[in-house]
Amino acid sequence: MIIAERKPLDAILGMMTPYHKVLVVGCGTCASVCLAGGAREVAMLGSLVRMTRQTNDEPIEVAEATVHRQCDKEFLLPLAAEVEAADAVFSMGCGCGVQLLAETFPQRRVFPLLDTKFMGVTLEPGWWAERCRGCGECVLDRTGGICPITRCSKGLLNGPCGGYRNGKCEVDPTVDCGWLLIFDRLKELNELESLRAILGPKDWSHGAFGQPRRVVRDDVRTSAEEGHV
Amino acid sequence: MTLREALSSGRFVVTAEAQPPKGTAVDEALQQAERLRGRVAAFNVTDQQSSVMRLGSLALCHLLVERGLEPIYQVTCRDRNRIALQSDLLSAAALGIENVLCLTGDHVSLGDHPQAKPVFDLDAVTLLVAARELTQGHDLTGHELAGTPRFFLGAVVSPCAEPVEPQLFKMEKKVRAGAGFFQTQAVFEAERFAAFMETARGFGVPVIAGVILLKSAKMARFMNQNIPGIRVPDDLIKQMEGSKDKEGTSAEIAARLVRDLRGLAAGVHIMAMGWEHLIPRVLEFSGLPAPAEAA
Repeated sequence: MIIAERKPLDAILGMMTPYHKVLVVGCGTCASVCLAGGAREVAMLGSLVRMTRQTNDEPIEVAEATVHRQCDKEFLLPLAAEVEAADAVFSMGCGCGVQLLAETFPQRRVFPLLDTKFMGVTLEPGWWAERCRGCGECVLDRTGGICPITRCSKGLLNGPCGGYRNGKCEVDPTVDCGWLLIFDRLKELNELESLRAILGPKDWSHGAFGQPRRVVRDDVRTSAEEGHV
Repeated sequence: MTLREALSSGRFVVTAEAQPPKGTAVDEALQQAERLRGRVAAFNVTDQQSSVMRLGSLALCHLLVERGLEPIYQVTCRDRNRIALQSDLLSAAALGIENVLCLTGDHVSLGDHPQAKPVFDLDAVTLLVAARELTQGHDLTGHELAGTPRFFLGAVVSPCAEPVEPQLFKMEKKVRAGAGFFQTQAVFEAERFAAFMETARGFGVPVIAGVILLKSAKMARFMNQNIPGIRVPDDLIKQMEGSKDKEGTSAEIAARLVRDLRGLAAGVHIMAMGWEHLIPRVLEFSGLPAPAEAA
């Protein structure tokens, strides 16, 4: 899922300063599961903002809505009346949600209330960790199911650098050296020899470094339009 | 005699480090190199070591070549993508630089611009591949070059890393990718290096062992706690601690190490960390026969 974190309250209040009636939109999918922007967080933030603004003698009306997910227009369209009634819209979805809200309702300013962090997993309640960089060309079949692009701080493809110490990365002693994890895993699987293959240079053109990417499935699409982003 | 010739002649090679300045004041680095003329076979010019922004390795290498001193051009994957790396390698060749040491590079978060975007488009292995392709007359995508560079390619390895097996695995890949010599992370225990060489020798490529001049017990402890792959044994730390003549003791320790490494390594790379003036003394104490021929 996509892991996000709410922006600090001061930053949120700053963005809301010019407005007297706002709509805060939560997202019931990733942002909700990582406890950043689901219905509960929307309610909590709503109260916090109302209370603070009231205390400062600048009352604000905060309408709350949480949709099933913000990255599909069909879930956003029913918000039309609430959006129309607000001075501005504040999204508690990831960056995708913020943008699709803005695309769907171009007449309203849409602001982000979360910082979108990464694609990751839940290690335990309250602890999420990055697992995928979306490089567009998965190499997990070569590396024992552990991603070197994500788990190695340098994204190396051919083994560890000389920067590991006590199994940890030179960049941060609380971070496991991804390549030692890969090495150990392949050793356990008795597949260490497969590491001898030289991987790369990687084709980063499939990655998040160039034009915006798209996936178009003609067997699923309903419109005949040229796929655009 | 070039580094390639020196290593293939089988003589014990000594190299030193040259650090480009933070700024344009290159005089000190050049004077330091000048003082070692004839004593070392080549100068390893660092590429913004520890991710601290400095004058480029290429520029200092060029200035050394101009003075008839032999540089080893260090190239890391941290700051440049494959287009810039290949271009800089061609530039180096055009400036008469032949020795290239290919490294991954430290992470930007360890340096003085931790907000920078790290590149790592290639890694040390694929950088070697790219450099070798250039020497074969074409670039990484197979496009033909007008004029083919000639390189003596080197790589690094950390012989005292724990575990060392992944290092050996990668070292072998680097050999297959074109590494013609290796330079190692600093070694303080010849026995550990000997154990490493038992496997590394099989790769058939000369290994130049790294030797750091200890400046104090504090520095040794710091390295033990913070620098991956470095282990300074307690007896050396005690020796430094009890010494009234730190420089003398440092040179003695290094000389002993050089002597012990002579039968094991193809040479030593001395990292003097500002105590370059001690290098001649280290070489003398270590009993190396004649000073290295003028580089």
